[in-house]
Amino acid sequence: MSYQPTIVSFLCNWCSYTGADLAGTSRMKYAPNIRIIRVMCSGRVDPTFVLSAFKEGADGVLICGCHPGDCHYHEGNYKCLRRYHLLQKYLDQMGLEKGRLRLEWISASEGKQFAQLADEFTEQIKQLGPCKVKETVENLT
Amino acid sequence: MKRITIDPITRLEGHGKIEIFLKDDGDVENVYFQVPELRGFEKFCEGRPVEELSQIVTKICGVCPGCHHMASGKAADAVYGVEPPPTAKKIRELFFMAHFIHSHIAHFYALAAPDFVVGPTAPAAERNILGVIGKVGVEIGTEVIKQRRIAQEIQALLGGHQTHVVLNIPGGVRKGLTEEQRADIEEKAKGFVEFGKFSIKLFEDVVLGNKDYVDIIVNGPYNLTLHSMGLVDENNKVNFYDGKVRVVDTLGKEHCKYAPEEYMEYVAERVEPWSYLKFPYLKKIGWKGFVDGQDSGVYHATPLSRLNAADGMATPLAQKEYEKMYETLGGKPVHATLAMHWARLIELLYSAERALELVTDPDITGKELRTPVNKPDEGVGIVEAQRGTLTHHYWTDEKGIVKKANIIVGTTNNNAPICMSLKKAAQGVIKKGVEVSDGMLNMVEMAFRAYDPCFSCATHSLPGEMPLIVNIRDAEGNIIRSVKRST
Amino acid sequence: MAKSEEKPKIKLAVYWAASCGGCCVSVLDVHEKLFDVVAAADLVFWPIALDIKYKDVEAMEDGFIDVTLFNGAVRNSENEHMAKLLRQKSKILVAYGSCSHLGGIPGLANFTTKEALFERVYHTSESTVNPDKVVPLPEYKVDEGVLELPVFYNDVRTLDQVVDVDYYLPGCPPQTERLVEVFMAIVTGAELPPPGSVVGALEKTQCDECPRKKTENKKIKRFYRPFEIEDDGETCFLEQGVICMGPATRGGCGVRCIEGNAPCRGCYGPPADVPDPGAKMMSAIGTMIDSDDPEEILRIIDTIDDPAGTFYRFSLPGSLLRRKII
Repeated sequence: MSYQPTIVSFLCNWCSYTGADLAGTSRMKYAPNIRIIRVMCSGRVDPTFVLSAFKEGADGVLICGCHPGDCHYHEGNYKCLRRYHLLQKYLDQMGLEKGRLRLEWISASEGKQFAQLADEFTEQIKQLGPCKVKETVENLT
Repeated sequence: MKRITIDPITRLEGHGKIEIFLKDDGDVENVYFQVPELRGFEKFCEGRPVEELSQIVTKICGVCPGCHHMASGKAADAVYGVEPPPTAKKIRELFFMAHFIHSHIAHFYALAAPDFVVGPTAPAAERNILGVIGKVGVEIGTEVIKQRRIAQEIQALLGGHQTHVVLNIPGGVRKGLTEEQRADIEEKAKGFVEFGKFSIKLFEDVVLGNKDYVDIIVNGPYNLTLHSMGLVDENNKVNFYDGKVRVVDTLGKEHCKYAPEEYMEYVAERVEPWSYLKFPYLKKIGWKGFVDGQDSGVYHATPLSRLNAADGMATPLAQKEYEKMYETLGGKPVHATLAMHWARLIELLYSAERALELVTDPDITGKELRTPVNKPDEGVGIVEAQRGTLTHHYWTDEKGIVKKANIIVGTTNNNAPICMSLKKAAQGVIKKGVEVSDGMLNMVEMAFRAYDPCFSCATHSLPGEMPLIVNIRDAEGNIIRSVKRST
Repeated sequence: MAKSEEKPKIKLAVYWAASCGGCCVSVLDVHEKLFDVVAAADLVFWPIALDIKYKDVEAMEDGFIDVTLFNGAVRNSENEHMAKLLRQKSKILVAYGSCSHLGGIPGLANFTTKEALFERVYHTSESTVNPDKVVPLPEYKVDEGVLELPVFYNDVRTLDQVVDVDYYLPGCPPQTERLVEVFMAIVTGAELPPPGSVVGALEKTQCDECPRKKTENKKIKRFYRPFEIEDDGETCFLEQGVICMGPATRGGCGVRCIEGNAPCRGCYGPPADVPDPGAKMMSAIGTMIDSDDPEEILRIIDTIDDPAGTFYRFSLPGSLLRRKII
């Protein structure tokens, strides 16, 4: 069996989780590698969550939130966007390949888009191969 | 072959061990001084903004962090092609003098003094500051702690953090001095001058007044004939903060005098597989091995070297003492390793006088603290650390982020001399047929301590009762007679 | 003297691993309180000050030492060996200072590797002349015998990544007043917090102690390097656009860097229940950036140089990712 990445995904309750749910109830097939964690808002996604996910063995982390302007809490997705860019800069310095962390906007009605995103991101991570964070942290030399 | 290991070496800053190899008959065959530590500042400074380095490199040493801070600050100025305004430079140098004062006081009284005042082969439990206090008086001990504390408080006032100072910023300093603070420091500086004078007098009474100690200094197995390095000002007088690096040969003639950015033409570093610390030597002479003499590339950078390399001291009282020392020891340059302790006290007096000069300079309370920076590139900063010439060299990208760093630390200059001094000391002290005692091993370690390992101890726990001393002083306060109850 | 006859003195050891000596200085900075310390404690091992050697420690019974203040990070095999030895010989082991607590400045070496570090220090350093490519070796044979050096590890570790730690006393170095408070608590037999606690530091962050003026609205349009602004000496650094780790750092140091007009760099480590100080700081900065436009956000973030080295200045080995992936 070929390499199957582990992907952790943080989806906001109001838009992107609902969108993913729509994909499910519409019986859309998409890669099973995504493990979903529902948060109330993408602004809830603390960089600590992302780093913990990698440390626990995630090969990729996907954050989804409402489209700009549509956040249920007005600004949460913008905060997420800013944290995401800063986190990317940090991860780059830490030697993590660009592409392991991704942020996308998914609305409540975008079930098909979510399914496509899941497949695309899974493929992207397959190309990158297993993430070395967990192995490095557990095997200090 | 028998082997004695001293691990770790103690009563100094840093890690080290000494391996003494003995021939079958008990004479010393060879001695290796190994430094087992490395942290790699020259590598992990890469990628850091260059102005942050002056706060990162202070963690090279927690005893002389101010020295790294100054060298780094000057290197960052050079990287940005900028000279700080006069007020900023004077504040920096004032801080630096307080830094030298605290360190030299601590080293002499707690580190050097035990070996002389209590005696080099006295029991280990007595070879410390409390043993010294036992011989010279409790009030002196209290005064030592107080003067060191005052110097540290001045450092904290000027530099924020009392140990890992934050004073420097490219182009100047972050904080100025109010008139009230200035007046307070002026009083304290006067106190430092008095204490400097007193310390030299103490050295004369207790050490130079003792024939046996003078014999150890002049004729003991600690002497090495080496080139001497130190920073000098435009008049070739000793200056810790700024100037050019001057090296004189074993006869006192100038070998070279270079500006900071020229250091790589004159100094090179060698690697040995048995130590993590590199071995600098004079490039134009070349590496000839662990040997001393006129033809050797090995040099030392210590208080004694600084005094050897200069033509004098820039302040009057220190200059008098400078002349007295050379007259007593038979002219310049002096190669008696233990005379470093004397030179250190002359520097203490100089630092105090210089601090007083700076704090009474009208510029010191000026408001202009920074010069705007230019485009960053490459720069070198050199100062004297208490234990030798310190060089920081940085290369940055166009954003001022460090691409490369090269650092030659004060004590590193003395790595080869320390190896050689230890071997000589061991050969002089450990002889065939004589059992090696703890006291003898301490006499070997003394060769190391003269170079002023960064640290000294103001605390130690001494079992038993505190010695009692009655000091009888003359009208000028000089001790003319001591009556004591010892442990 | 009567007091010390009633109560046995506590046996205190202070040891340094990969450190600078600053933590030992912080112990000495008790200045005149020295006499109180000496009355209450017997120093049984402290290489900077006493002539006690490793063999003397090895000869001690297990648990002989009451309290060891262990400072310095674990960088090589000797540091690791001493950490384990002192754990064995001590009743209470304290991770004293940033290096043993979180990795400290030596922890910045976790951005690189042993190989790259040796390459720079022993080969490419511009003043080093080493045509035979000599490097220090753990064992080297000379005519007289074999010389040994500790093995230099690839990764810097915190003390608790090597042995169980009873308490953490943070700071680079810890502010001496905090040490005295903890020391007196131990000596007077006060009830100590549960093992694993941080002692000698406040529960709140630096901002709580900071004398600078702050408003509720921190909105930053761009970040500045400290020398790019005229610091007014009064206003919160973050509000002037200069990165300050205050919001993510425990108080207790007396805001000493702020007193020197420099922004905090986080040496006291994170507040309680924060597993990664840098991540929290990134979160806070994300909130402060004053823009909703993706392009402008990127431009603003571009003005933050070296986020990893700034947010994790003292804590890289103790962070979630621990080191750069190579």
